[in-house]
Amino acid sequence: MLKIRNLEAGYGNLRVLKRISMHVDPGEIVTIIGANGAGKTTLLHSIAGLLRISAGEVLFKGRELRKTAPEKIVGLGCSLVPEGRQVFATMTVYDNLILGGYVQYKKDKQAVSRELENIYELFPVLRTRADQLAGTLSGGEQQMLAMGRALMARPSLVMMDEPSTGLAPLIVRDIFRIISQLREAGNTVLLVEQNAKAALRIADRGYVLETGKIILQGPAADLLENRDVQRAYLGREKIE
Amino acid sequence: MNSTLFCQYLFAGLTYGIIYAIVAIGFNIIYNTTGIINFAQGEFVMLGGMIAISLHAHMPLLPAIVLAVLLTMAIGGLIEIFFIRWLQSPSVLRMIIITIGLSILTREAALHIWGSSVRSLPYFIGNEITSIKVFSSRVSPQVFLVVGVCSVMVAALSLFFKYSSLGREMRACAANRRAAILCGINPRNMVTLSFMLSAGIGAVAGCVMSPITYSQYDMGPSLAIKGFTVAILGGLGNSMAAVAAGLLLGIIESFSISVLPLAFQDAIATSILLLILFVRPHGLFGSSAAARLKDF
Repeated sequence: MLKIRNLEAGYGNLRVLKRISMHVDPGEIVTIIGANGAGKTTLLHSIAGLLRISAGEVLFKGRELRKTAPEKIVGLGCSLVPEGRQVFATMTVYDNLILGGYVQYKKDKQAVSRELENIYELFPVLRTRADQLAGTLSGGEQQMLAMGRALMARPSLVMMDEPSTGLAPLIVRDIFRIISQLREAGNTVLLVEQNAKAALRIADRGYVLETGKIILQGPAADLLENRDVQRAYLGREKIE
Repeated sequence: MNSTLFCQYLFAGLTYGIIYAIVAIGFNIIYNTTGIINFAQGEFVMLGGMIAISLHAHMPLLPAIVLAVLLTMAIGGLIEIFFIRWLQSPSVLRMIIITIGLSILTREAALHIWGSSVRSLPYFIGNEITSIKVFSSRVSPQVFLVVGVCSVMVAALSLFFKYSSLGREMRACAANRRAAILCGINPRNMVTLSFMLSAGIGAVAGCVMSPITYSQYDMGPSLAIKGFTVAILGGLGNSMAAVAAGLLLGIIESFSISVLPLAFQDAIATSILLLILFVRPHGLFGSSAAARLKDF
């Protein structure tokens, strides 16, 4: 699905990502964990085309994304749920969702309403809030809206940037439950999280990013058991 | 003041007011999608009128106006493509200077093409002396045309932004540019479209007002100042408030003639602009919380 080889990217002279190589296979949840400033968001932005890649390659379904404009990448089936939700605050929930489906359906109204129904099924709260301005929703609801908006495009790969940031623990559990539901429905998810424990619990595989390099990778269950990961990211010091 | 005079002032005020509102909405459309103020907005009104007058020499009135509006829209789009599009996140000051430069450029080009003479389109219905009796005063049908056409335009625009998918995409770019990109929308195209749209409505206003107010190559800047005053007065970015503010300014101006010498008429808009910028920079109808989030 997604294959990245020796990717380098940064801002101006600042090189943030150093020779990143990773891959995501269809139907799996892959998580990237790491501390603040490790380059997790930068990595997602360079895949989504929001940031210019300085070296290396990003292959999505065998297609090189390096020269593709971000709005075209969405059309290819690679959607990003950005950090901090980024909903259209001054527009209604309904409008937000319709805009998400725009890239896939253009003017096909029937397909849009069919997809809208699917999204409402997945996030019932959005149906009851349909006519409300997105900016008036709670943090959790906004996150669901941002996810729903991205899913409206029926992406083959959904990338999520810190979906749990700033949410109450109970809501975080809901969000992660929905992400694992997405896999059951056949979606592929690339999940970037600071909440490493929760992310590794639902993921199939994981990568650990530190100062722009991948320092560890493997099945999520193994990473959960890894002593270094536990010490650095899970806040647990095992006493033997 | 007797009732006849009152009605005359009122209708004159409404006519000018709705034109100011249209110019202000032109400002708002571009401001909403780009965050910049296009000071060449008044030039679109001038171009619409002038092109229609030239075309009318060769064809009937309606096709001349339609063609003039389309041409002005094309010019608006080209201006954006050549002068604005390639700028990477320009500063507000730079944009202001560029649009003022464009305004001067357009005006000088118009002077070169049409000369400095005052022109006008013929009255659409009847002639200069045709009038309709309203209460005790007589009003030209053209006045109703101006007010009618502009009101229809305002209504159509708000429906367009609210319900059409293109309007929704333009609003999305205004609300959150990056998120719009992530929905597969190309914001650059939306910006071009917003220039075309505001050029188009400016041109329509320029055509319908031409028989009453005449058209001249240098009518743009004063309209732009009035329109800008109205846009600020209503609260930048809010089109319905711009209509209310436009009518307010138009009526204030026209009634001022009865107490102040005519020469002071233009000073009124500027005084209101300064007053509002000092006292209520977020406008009469805008919220100060929203204004604080804006760049300027």
